Amino acid sequence: MAKVSMTVNGKAASGEAEGRMLLSSFLREELGLTGTHVGCDTSQCGACVVHVDGKAVKACTMLAMEAEGSEVSTIEGQANADGSLNVIQQAFQDHHGLQCGFCTPGMVMSAAALLKDNPKPSEAEIRHYLEGNLCRCTGYHNIVKAIMAASGQDVSSIAAE
Amino acid sequence: MYEFEFEKPSTIAEAVAALADEDAQALGGGQTLIPTLKQRLAMPSKLVSLAGIAEMKGVSIADGVLTMGGGATHAEVAADACAPLAALAANIGDPAVRNRGTLGGSLANNDPAADYPAAMLALKSTIVTNAREIAGDDFFQGLFETALEEGEIITSVRCEIPEAANYQKFAQPASRFALAGVFVAKYADGVRVAVTGASEEGVFRWSEAEAALSANFAPDALAGISVDAGSMIADLHGSKEYRAHLVAVLAKRAVAALA
Ligand SMILES: Cc1cc2nc3c(=O)[nH]c(=O)nc-3n(C[C@H](O)[C@H](O)[C@H](O)COP(=O)(O)OP(=O)(O)OC[C@H]3O[C@@H](n4cnc5c(N)ncnc54)[C@H](O)[C@@H]3O)c2cc1C
Ligand code: FES
Ligand code: FES
Repeated sequence: MAKVSMTVNGKAASGEAEGRMLLSSFLREELGLTGTHVGCDTSQCGACVVHVDGKAVKACTMLAMEAEGSEVSTIEGQANADGSLNVIQQAFQDHHGLQCGFCTPGMVMSAAALLKDNPKPSEAEIRHYLEGNLCRCTGYHNIVKAIMAASGQDVSSIAAE
Repeated sequence: MYEFEFEKPSTIAEAVAALADEDAQALGGGQTLIPTLKQRLAMPSKLVSLAGIAEMKGVSIADGVLTMGGGATHAEVAADACAPLAALAANIGDPAVRNRGTLGGSLANNDPAADYPAAMLALKSTIVTNAREIAGDDFFQGLFETALEEGEIITSVRCEIPEAANYQKFAQPASRFALAGVFVAKYADGVRVAVTGASEEGVFRWSEAEAALSANFAPDALAGISVDAGSMIADLHGSKEYRAHLVAVLAKRAVAALA
């Protein structure tokens, strides 16, 4: 066991970890941040996507110790300072971008990473970017629509389904 | 996962020293190794992360040569390499995999369906390790086998930039690895064609196609030429014949994209 320290959602965080502890386990079990979901634990589904030093990564496929000293952001850090939903989260609600909600933390974190690099992505770019985020409920349509809306684009061209 | 120690050296020399321990293993981006450890298919006593080594980072182009750090992530290659290789890197896995996975890790792993091996064979490449330089043509030695010795790490890779090149991948939709992938590179002294994902012996150069395209760089030059279906991979995603057919189609598409 060794001490691992990082900044999570802007606050210093530390805990004890074995070498084999995953970042997803560290966030959920050591820090109690259970918003980062573990869907597959095999790097396929993207439910566990968080940002490490500004980049989207699968927290189930990174060791906690690899994130030592890093800036980590999770879904818990996404809301506005007053607790209201941020623009991406609000768009997911407005456009029914979730049903069971299991994939949603990863979807929102991936969407945030996409919009940081590409503030006005096309529908095709959004679909390509979300290749590593699986959703078993929505059929993706409304997720794509929510991200288009969150980036201030017209969504009327995306048929309602 | 079995328990292991974790180290993160900041120089190549320290990493090599740490890897001298019995059962120590290098950790690149972990996008292959961590899933392998989860399945308890490997039992290293110590993982030596290469992610903190500044000398293994960076992608640059100078005097017709592309140099990429062994620790460069797929995302970094996608951003900074010459166009055909950047496009290849931009289609490996998904964004989160590309933000962690590294060039050195992919080459060391030599998965028969990985993308970079095709590029390294089609391009005139040199794999640089802590100990020596290995020609790309000598590096890949069958499924998951390479010329690397125990504890040897890929520190950088150099490629001669071709006149033109294109990579066509037919992605297996669930894994996003190549069901077949063909990289065509045109140099002043001839055309090189490498095929990944398809053969039971791993990545290979398709010499018949190279000869035909060196004589006439046009999709039609490949008419009637095919790889031997007998040596292709057959699995639930595609038969031997299907893969052999894909290879021919993808090669033509790559040439058509350049012609
Ligand atoms: C969902 C998913 C989709 C993927 N899709 C694709 C795809 O479409 N195409 C594709 O090509 N790949 C794909 N991959 C694999 C990905 O590219 C991996 O990142 C890559 O194969 C391994 O690189 P790594 O840096 O993560 O290495 P690691 O997993 O850290 O290591 C892999 C092996 O290489 C060794 N190693 C690591 N770095 C070095 C080095 N510098 N020198 C010597 N040995 C080293 C390790 O000891 C280990 O044996 C995918 C992976 C996932 C999880
Ligand atoms: S839980 Fe990490 S990718 Fe599915
Ligand atoms: S909303 Fe249920 S998995 Fe996406």
